[in-house]
Amino acid sequence: MALSEKELRDALRNRWFIVFTIAFAGLALALSALMQPGGSQFQVASYSRTTASLINLVLLFVPLIGLTLGAANLAGDRETGALAYLLAQPVTRVEVLLGKYLGMASALLATLTLGFGLAGLALALQGGINDAGGYLLTVVLAYLLALAMLSFGFLMSVLAQKTAAALGGALFLWLLLVFLGDLGIMGTAVITQMPIGSVFLIAAINPLQMFKIASILTIQANLEVLGPAGLYASNQFGNALLPLLLAGLLLWIVVPLLSALVLFARQEKLTLKGSLK
Amino acid sequence: MMIIAKDLTKRYGKATALNRVSFTIELGEAVALWGSNGAGKTTTLRCLLGVQGFEGELTVNGIDVRRQGKAARTAIGYVPQEAIFYDMTVLETMRFYARLKQVSASRINDLLQQMQIDIHSHKRVSALSGGMKQRLALAVALLADPPILVLDEPTASLDVKAQRDFIHTIQSLNYAGKTVVFSSHRMDEVMALASRVLVLADGALTLECPPYELAEKLGLHRWLRVYVSAPHRENTLRVLEEQGFVYTPNGRSVYVQIGKGGKLAPLHSLQMASIPVEDFDLIDGDLNQGESHD
Repeated sequence: MALSEKELRDALRNRWFIVFTIAFAGLALALSALMQPGGSQFQVASYSRTTASLINLVLLFVPLIGLTLGAANLAGDRETGALAYLLAQPVTRVEVLLGKYLGMASALLATLTLGFGLAGLALALQGGINDAGGYLLTVVLAYLLALAMLSFGFLMSVLAQKTAAALGGALFLWLLLVFLGDLGIMGTAVITQMPIGSVFLIAAINPLQMFKIASILTIQANLEVLGPAGLYASNQFGNALLPLLLAGLLLWIVVPLLSALVLFARQEKLTLKGSLK
Repeated sequence: MMIIAKDLTKRYGKATALNRVSFTIELGEAVALWGSNGAGKTTTLRCLLGVQGFEGELTVNGIDVRRQGKAARTAIGYVPQEAIFYDMTVLETMRFYARLKQVSASRINDLLQQMQIDIHSHKRVSALSGGMKQRLALAVALLADPPILVLDEPTASLDVKAQRDFIHTIQSLNYAGKTVVFSSHRMDEVMALASRVLVLADGALTLECPPYELAEKLGLHRWLRVYVSAPHRENTLRVLEEQGFVYTPNGRSVYVQIGKGGKLAPLHSLQMASIPVEDFDLIDGDLNQGESHD
């Protein structure tokens, strides 16, 4: 708990994190304001458009901040020697990693809450929220995505000896998940004439796509907007699709975090600088 | 027994960092680990802290270190060569480690006073001098009032005055009953602190002896530097010669080699010969290789 509180406090002092928080909250607020046409007949459409815009905002920002904050955390402490000193105290490696993870997760979720809260408040004040439950579900999905990205970031941090390497890995993964993954699947599907079901399944392995598809399901009943792959998913999985996607996102939180815990618990090679040699 | 190590072995791939090292340390002892770089001193300390795997048996305060590393670390206060703290004030650092160790914060003020850093409690740790950072590390180590202190070359990065103050503090803690285990390269530190030395070479325990014996084996003697006025100089050298002391004249002083418990012997001989001694100090080391003052 002491470590979680320290990490939360550190994150709130971190300039990079503050910039992210302000940018995310500002953009979320701006989107909710811009999408309001004023007439009550457009309120349903504007709510959907605002949520859709927030989904895109989350897809771009949250993986970046989750991955980089996670990646810089342990690797940074290892590089300075602070980790070696910390591990010489009466704490276990599992406690250290979990404590750090919980602290960073709290900071990240606080930022998302602020952004979504401001946007939701703006929508509510203008009478634009017609489905508070759906909006809250989108927020929960964003939380899950943030935690999944943080888990990946921590895994990078455990694997890399240097902060620069961990951050490099995190940025590469961000590019892969946000841009290259989609392009790669589209290209492969065209060249190999892959069946639509396979295209959907491969795309849906990506946690960002899981978040996107699940979020779309919160604002409309089907996935027509995603084209044939979306229609395939709607037909194939029906009402089970949303729970499946939620379970998938949970797996993306748990698997990398557990991997990081197991690897970290087995690691002996501490950074030598300034402490245990 | 406070610490029992039996056949302690640590391998890094094909390299053997510790090879069947066995020793015991009793309650209240102050034991130095002596050896060159790579001899196995720090590896031994890491084993004591349970932060790395090893073969053999190791118990600290009755706790099996390999199975209960965290519990063993509750019995140990650790001071590294240079502690790396987070970006916090002195007081925040103490509170953080108190919570981490799950101990009451009530001792914090007393410890900061004891370490003479209470007036810096609202400064950021990064603004402290090396000596003050080491005293903060010692304060952190003492938070849970552990029976054992483990120090890894604790004065290596300190200036002479800070070294002397730090050693004095550790001495006081040892006199108060703490078991002290430390690694060192410095003979003056070993002579001042240790009641016993474990000499490590290439990962093996090669010698266990009192500090003065190690100094003699290494050709590093303790010297008494005696200051006498010019009219008494010739007489001083004659008396020391007659009494069988090994000595070296040096300007207006004379270095006299001393052995175990022999600090007073040269002074007593000069007093008996009615030679007034103006001043004296103790020096450890090889006079040809430089010296370190006590």
